[in-house]
Parts: sequence; C-alpha cells; structure tokens
Amino acid sequence: MSHDAPIKELGETYLLPEGTTAHEVTETIARVTENKAPRGWWLLFLMSLGGLGAMGGALTYLFVQGVGVWGNNAPVYWAWDITNFVWWIGIGHAGTLISAILFLFRQKWRTSINRFAEAMTVFAVLCAALFPAIHTGRPWFDYYLFPLPNQMDMWPNFKSPLMWDVFAVNTYLLISVIFWYMGLIPDFATLRDRSKNLFRKRAYGFFALGWRGAHRHWQHYERAYLILAGISTPLVLSVHSVVSFDFATSIVPGWHTTIFPPYFVAGAVFSGFALVTTLMLICRSVFKLHKVVTVKHLDLMNKFMLGTGLIVGYAYVMELFIAWYSSNPYEQWVFLHNRLGWGILDSEGNWGPLWWAYYTMVFCNVVVPQIFWFKRARTSVPIMFIASILINIGMWFERFVIIVTSTYQDFLPSAWGMFHPTLIDILTYLGTFGLFFTLFLLFVRWVPMIAIAEVKGTLVGAHPDLHALEPLEEPGAAAAPVPAE
Amino acid sequence: MVEQAHNQSSTKRPALYLAEYDTPNAIAQAAMKVRDAGYKKWDCHTPYALHGMDEAMGLKPTKIGFISFFFGMAGVATAVLMMNYMNAWDFNLLDLGRGYPIIVGGKPPGAFPSMVPIMFELGILFCGFATLFGLLGIIKLPRHHHPIFESERFEAASDNKFFISIEASDQNFDLGRTRALLESTGPTHLELVEEGA
Repeated sequence: MSHDAPIKELGETYLLPEGTTAHEVTETIARVTENKAPRGWWLLFLMSLGGLGAMGGALTYLFVQGVGVWGNNAPVYWAWDITNFVWWIGIGHAGTLISAILFLFRQKWRTSINRFAEAMTVFAVLCAALFPAIHTGRPWFDYYLFPLPNQMDMWPNFKSPLMWDVFAVNTYLLISVIFWYMGLIPDFATLRDRSKNLFRKRAYGFFALGWRGAHRHWQHYERAYLILAGISTPLVLSVHSVVSFDFATSIVPGWHTTIFPPYFVAGAVFSGFALVTTLMLICRSVFKLHKVVTVKHLDLMNKFMLGTGLIVGYAYVMELFIAWYSSNPYEQWVFLHNRLGWGILDSEGNWGPLWWAYYTMVFCNVVVPQIFWFKRARTSVPIMFIASILINIGMWFERFVIIVTSTYQDFLPSAWGMFHPTLIDILTYLGTFGLFFTLFLLFVRWVPMIAIAEVKGTLVGAHPDLHALEPLEEPGAAAAPVPAE
Repeated sequence: MVEQAHNQSSTKRPALYLAEYDTPNAIAQAAMKVRDAGYKKWDCHTPYALHGMDEAMGLKPTKIGFISFFFGMAGVATAVLMMNYMNAWDFNLLDLGRGYPIIVGGKPPGAFPSMVPIMFELGILFCGFATLFGLLGIIKLPRHHHPIFESERFEAASDNKFFISIEASDQNFDLGRTRALLESTGPTHLELVEEGA
C-alpha cells in the first residue's frame, strides 16, 4: 500500500491511529444508535422540542395575523426572514462541499465528517426553505412559485431571480437528500446486520434495500456516487450564487455588486464549516468518537475556516474600495455611512446607527479566524469551539448588514426608515434552531452519523495490492469447472 | 474448517457456496482464481468498496454514466421547453393551460441568458434522480430476500469479513468441484447455503 501510505519525511501520519480495525470502526459508530441515549441527549432533545414548539406558536400567530407581526416595514421589506434564509442555506453548503468537492479531490479525511455534514445540509436547507415560504405572507398560495398548470393560466416569470432561487433551493434540497441517502445504504445494512431485535432489523432492513455488499453492486455504486459528487459540486456553487442574484440583479445600493456570487459562496462554506465544527465537537465528546474524529480532522477543518475567512475578508475590503472608487453617492452612503459608520457622517455629525452590526461582523469573520494561523489554536478544542460559534454569529450579521443596511437608507432621505425586530421575529429565528436540532438529534440517535463503510476504506491496508499478489497455484483437476453444454 | 451441509430435508436445495476470508488480499487472490475458473454467477461481498476488485473479478466498466448523462440533458431540454412554453410561445398544449409571451423589463420573451440558471438546475435535478434510480435498476435493489442472508456468518460481511459466493444457478456449479475450487483458495470458513423450496 505504498501509494497511499503517509510520507513520514513530510510529517504525515495516518488519518486514524495505526492499528484501528474495521470492527472497531463499526463498533464505535454503530453503538451510538444501539446504546441508551446519554442524559445529555435527552436534555438537548427536550430543549429542541421546546424551540420547535416556540416556532409553531410564532408561525401560527404569523399566519393568523399576517406579516405585520414582524418588524419588516417600508423601506425594509426584507429583514430577519431573508437574513435567516440566507444564513441557514449558507450553513448547508459545508455539507455538500465536504461530501462532493473533497471527494473529487480525494481528500480522505472527509470520511469522518461527511455524513454528519450532509445531514446538517439537509436540515439547514429545510430551515432555510421555511423562510421564503412564510414571508410570502399568504403561504397557502406558495404553489404559485411552481410551474403548475392552473385554471387561471397563470405562469411564473422565469426572468425573476426569485424564480431561479425556487429551482436552485429545491434542487439543492432534493439532490442533498439523494446524496445523503445513497451514502447511507451500506451503513443501514451494517446496522441491520447488527440488530438484535426484529423491529430494528426490519426498520433498518427497509432502508438498506436488501444491500448485501456485493462487489457487482459496489462497482456501480461507486460510479454513481462519483457522478453525484460531480453534479453536486457545480450545484453547491450555483445555489449560493443564485441566492446572491436575488440581491445582485437589483439596483439597490449595496446589493448591486458583481462580487456577490463568489463572496456568498465563500461565506457559505465559511459558516458551514464553523457549524460543522461546533456540532462535531459536541457529538464527539457526548458520544465518544475521539478515535474516528481526531484532532487531525479538526485541524484541517480549521484551516478551511481560515482560508474561506480570508476570502470573505478580501470581499469586505473590495466592496468598500469599489464603493469609494465608484463615486456613486448612494453606493458610498450605504457603505461608508450605513456600514462603516464614520466614512460619511450625517448632517448632525453622527455615525450610521447600525455601525455596531458591521463591526460585529468584521470582528467575528475577519479577526477571529486569524487565530487559526497558529497550530496551537487549530488543535485546541475550547478555542475552536468558541471561534466557530463567533464565526456563525458573524455570518448572521453579515447577511443582516447586507440586507438591512442597504435598504433602510437608500436613495431619497424622505423614504428612509429604520428596522426594529419584534418578539415574533426573534421567536421564529430561535424556533428554527428547535427544528434544526430536533431533526439533528434524531439523526445522531438513529442513523450512523459517520460513514462507516467509507471510513473502513481509509484504514491501513484496506485495499488489495493486486499486482504484488502471488498467484495461487493452479487449481487441481477436481476443481476444474464442468464445461458448459 | 468446512461445514457439512446440514438439514438434508427434501424442501431445502443448495443456493450458493459462501467462502469467508479475513483480508482484502486473500479475497482478491481468491477472486482471481474463481474468475479464471470461468464462473459467471458469483460475487464478492465486502464491508466497503474494495479498489482493484473490478480487475480481480474481471468486471466490465459500469455504464451508469450514460443514464445520468442522458437524463441530465433531458432535464436541460425540459427546462428550455417549459420556460419557452410558459413565457414565450403562444399556444395551448394538450389543454394544459395556454402559454403566452410575458414581457418583463423590455426583454424579449424568450431571452436565453435568464433561462440559464433554471436549465442548469433542472439538468442537475434530473441527472441526480436518474443516477439514484438508474443505480437501483442496474443492481436490482430493493430486493426483499436473498438466500445469502440464510447464513449466520454473513452478518459479518457488513462489518469486517470478506465473502465470495458462487450461486448454484451458475452453469459451472457443481457441489463437489465448486467446493474444491473454493477450498483451494484458502478460506477461513466455507459453507453451503440452502434455501427453502
């Protein structure tokens, strides 16, 4: 196995500790679904259910009363709802990036975190999809979004980026589910084969589809997986690009920017990796997965956050520069007054009132990840835990800054206004955490949260070294097959 | 090491031989031997995809890519036709509801650039579904039952053991000769799996 052995001279080491056996991998991962849930799981689950209930209450009130219960009002028609949408869907991006792009680049370390991140993607996109659906005001008319033949002969306008978004987000959700499920089939078979009671055997057997690990299946399966990774890679880049078109194709100062697609994609990966790290650190310690998710994996994740954080930082600087360089007074007002604060002062000499949101964003997204230049920080669990949470707070503020500071003071001062969130805004946002964590906790409890089969494929000596094998001696006469008749 | 076929009642008949191996190299070596002996209905069962087994088993490359490509392109075509029907052309197809030109922002109703994102997304969507269902079609899953699951030891095939199965329906299958062939590959365990009548 010389071709994939680590190069000792470069300081490379094996992904998992040397001597880890396939059986240990099965045990470590499968026992999470078989043992009784730890007390911490129940505690978190009840809290999540509470959050879900709060969301249910907030949504019911919203549907009964209408979107007036939110703080959205002229001129800020998009506020927390779209902020939350973009934030959640951004979080989803890390899952596809880890499963698809790192797969194409043959980054084997992805195997310990990809399942987990894919599940996160699916749940995050579900949370995201909720917001556009409810911010229409009359969600029972949401079917207008789809190209369904209807008695009114009323068709969607396909020139609208909002329609592109409908297609992009739904495609992303469905493809993520397919990708996730396809990876799960062999692992469901593992759980089925380990099941002690009939109910578990039937339930996992149902989802395993009768998988029997046949190589004649693996052969097609591996190619299908590669194809899905291949199509998911441009898909993940397209989804947040299309989300950014919602803004970039408008003429609102602060939105009308060509840098948006790459800037949004980098930010999405950045926040997604941060949430994967946060959740992975919790699950790793609650379910004792230190053997499969090692410090080496976390180190690599942190390097990703540093890299994408630098791209995001570059985009912030470039936006400011272009705003200044454009000599466009509306653009300059949004960037230098509404965001930077002191760049242009108002007639009374005051900073823009939402300057604190901009600085929160810059601190969390640009300053905090710089700590990952240091190996000690990249390998320290408390530091990366705090940093990953701060990064997600920062990324929420990024979307808030983009959406609200661009619209509350745009062209004519007579049309200016301010945005203030209401209790229902806050409850709806917190409620989606309830939805996300409820689904997520059910996932870690009932579904193998690490790709068992894929991790086994990365173990030392996992694959036959075909060309170094001695051929067995010729079969004796007794073993020769009967010729076909 | 070799377990005799138990329970010779008249309702049972041999379904397959199941040979068990401990290491990837052992099963690859055995697979090459079974391949060279000319069997067709045989398989290797492994807990993860073993790279190199295509060659060891003498398998032809998979054709699933053609399915994915075809349906991906079908998705793109669907998107173009759908958007033109709903936003550009003017007729009523099969009483679906009349499509008519919609002019927005002074652009031509059938403007190509604004169609690109949805063409892309629908192409991906069709391709993804075709890949999943194409895969299930090719490997003939879901399947409710398979005689290989009669073996107790086979449960380890999804854990850490490697198996070769040769099915009784193979035209080269012979209780004595096939067993001798598998024995000569040095399995750690060999059994005849039977299925009910």
